[in-house]
Amino acid sequence: MERKIRVLIAKPGLDGHDRGALIIAQALRDHGMEVIYTGLRQSPAQIAQAAIQEDVDVVGLSSLSGGHKTLFPKVVEALKEKDAEDIPVIGGGVIPDEDIAYLLEQGVQKIFTPGTPTTETVDFIKSCVSGDSNE
Amino acid sequence: MTERFNEQLNEWKKQVEKTNERFPERKEQFVNKSDIEIDPLYFPKEDQVDEEYSEKIGFPGQYPYTRGIQPSMYRNRFWTMRQYAGFGSAEETNKRFRYLLEQGQTGLSVAFDLPTQIGYDSDDSMSEGEVGKVGVAIDSLEDMETLLKGIPLDQVSTSMTINAPASVLLCMYIAVAEKQGVPKEKVTGTIQNDILKEYIARGTYIYPPKPSMRLITNIFEYCANEVPKFNTISISGYHIREAGSTAVQEVAFTLANGMAYVDAAIESGLEVDQFAPRLAFFFNAHNNFFEEAAKFRAARRIWAKMMKEKYKAQNEKSWRLRFHTQTGGSTLTAQQPDNNIVRVALQALSAVLGGTQSLHTNSRDEALALPTEESARIALRTQQIIAHESGVADTVDPLAGSYYVEQMTDEIEKEVMAYIDRIEEMGGAVQAVEEGYMQREIHQAAYETQKKIESQEEVIVGMNEFKIEEEVHEDLLRVDEQLEQNQVKQVQNVRDQRNQPQVDEQLNKLKEAAQKSHENLMPYILDCVKSYATVGEICHVLRDEFGEYTGM
Repeated sequence: MERKIRVLIAKPGLDGHDRGALIIAQALRDHGMEVIYTGLRQSPAQIAQAAIQEDVDVVGLSSLSGGHKTLFPKVVEALKEKDAEDIPVIGGGVIPDEDIAYLLEQGVQKIFTPGTPTTETVDFIKSCVSGDSNE
Repeated sequence: MTERFNEQLNEWKKQVEKTNERFPERKEQFVNKSDIEIDPLYFPKEDQVDEEYSEKIGFPGQYPYTRGIQPSMYRNRFWTMRQYAGFGSAEETNKRFRYLLEQGQTGLSVAFDLPTQIGYDSDDSMSEGEVGKVGVAIDSLEDMETLLKGIPLDQVSTSMTINAPASVLLCMYIAVAEKQGVPKEKVTGTIQNDILKEYIARGTYIYPPKPSMRLITNIFEYCANEVPKFNTISISGYHIREAGSTAVQEVAFTLANGMAYVDAAIESGLEVDQFAPRLAFFFNAHNNFFEEAAKFRAARRIWAKMMKEKYKAQNEKSWRLRFHTQTGGSTLTAQQPDNNIVRVALQALSAVLGGTQSLHTNSRDEALALPTEESARIALRTQQIIAHESGVADTVDPLAGSYYVEQMTDEIEKEVMAYIDRIEEMGGAVQAVEEGYMQREIHQAAYETQKKIESQEEVIVGMNEFKIEEEVHEDLLRVDEQLEQNQVKQVQNVRDQRNQPQVDEQLNKLKEAAQKSHENLMPYILDCVKSYATVGEICHVLRDEFGEYTGM
């Protein structure tokens, strides 16, 4: 039987807005993926730890508090430290366009901004996992 | 049948006279551009009156307050224009406050950063990346002094969006006022102090529900005696709605939470009329114009009935649901952000027609970042245009008597009551929160909305229809990344300079008081604050005693 795609949805930092994270989690489940949601206030180290422990294929980060420029790269870094840099990190939230290039440079695979249909995220994750994301 | 109506009418006329003596009407005469005179209130002619009107709708300033809590509402004074602001350092935010006051804003509303809201100092490892981002960073009394510098606290009322550490920030505010020579009996404002919706929707909780409820009732009791003009809680539906609830759920969960606070205060030994007049509410205004206006009317009627009939409050002030409104942040689009100005105008109008006491209008760029000064000004101007140009404030509750609005008001009331009954059956709001009931209901509604938007069953102009190629929006407010380091240094300076033995002593007294469940913690927290103990230090003492809530 084919293994289901496993995704960790995480809220780094202190931000409490989880409407987006919960909706993404539900949408991914509806598309047949297994989703682990960390809950609020996770440190980058905790997120990396959970990603490895849960053996996920992708980590999805959500932040609406403006902390993304500090916190998202730290998650990438924490995965690297645990020799898990092969797990791609994607993110979303209230993220100004001009920050996106910086985040991609820091090793985040993709940023989804407000108004993105959930199907777009689903497709991206599928392409990540099948290995043809780096076009 | 008309006898009761006439009694109400005469009573209303007397109330209006009395109000006008205290606060004269804004104009000698209200007329429109066609020179037609505008009455303060329109109501059925005597031969159209039925019992239902007297019972359900009545007159403004009278039970059940469907038409508003004051007899002539905005004829005397407009709502308070209160823009929520705060970012970066206390110094920067102080500048924005003074700017807004110069621009004609009539009250302050402080946004704190997340570390402050969750009780961490700026140099705590948990605060990394979040200092000064969504609001101003306040670590010690010194920051609060800077924040309020040059602002006369005997004249300006201040609303503070602070929940789990509300007691700490309120004490800092009192301490600054005292330094300005303003006694605490005179300060006015509001603390949000609504922990239940933090568990449900907003996420800035610290302690578990039981000790959190104790802190809240401590504040009620302390303020009833010492700070009588301060609103001790702002029971908030705003964030419940932002998390994805329907309008009905927003009102239902908010009022159910309100009942839980009333229950807790009564249980702690307070009389309902001792604290209920200082309860305030906070609602959202989304796009469905008539639904929103009806929602506010329904909420007032339900709360009045609840306070009078269930809780047997005698004081009329306990029956009146006073509320602040903010337009809906989650309705703003990142695409074509100028369209948001129009959304905000419609939402603000629904709040005004719904009889709000104060209003925050969102800025067009808030789906992208915190607002720039220009965007914040347009948002304030939107309110000013509604107030000064549209004429909607010249007569009270102009939507009353509309078949649609009255029936919608009734139906919302009915649906809300069904939820409230259900929550009561579960053992009340605290129980329902702990079981995750409200959280599940909200999430389900949010997901349904998302699916409708994606299928285009719901059209969001500029986002899933009428799209254009977007340019990068460069004119956004950026919080200086250097700020975090400065703030870290500053709090460490405060620690170096203060009288440490005194701080230790005050924190120790607080710890001991926290262990005795009947002790009111407010005086101890005030002493801690005055000795320049930090928000983080005070909250850590209480964390050690109360434990931490870890979510569902």
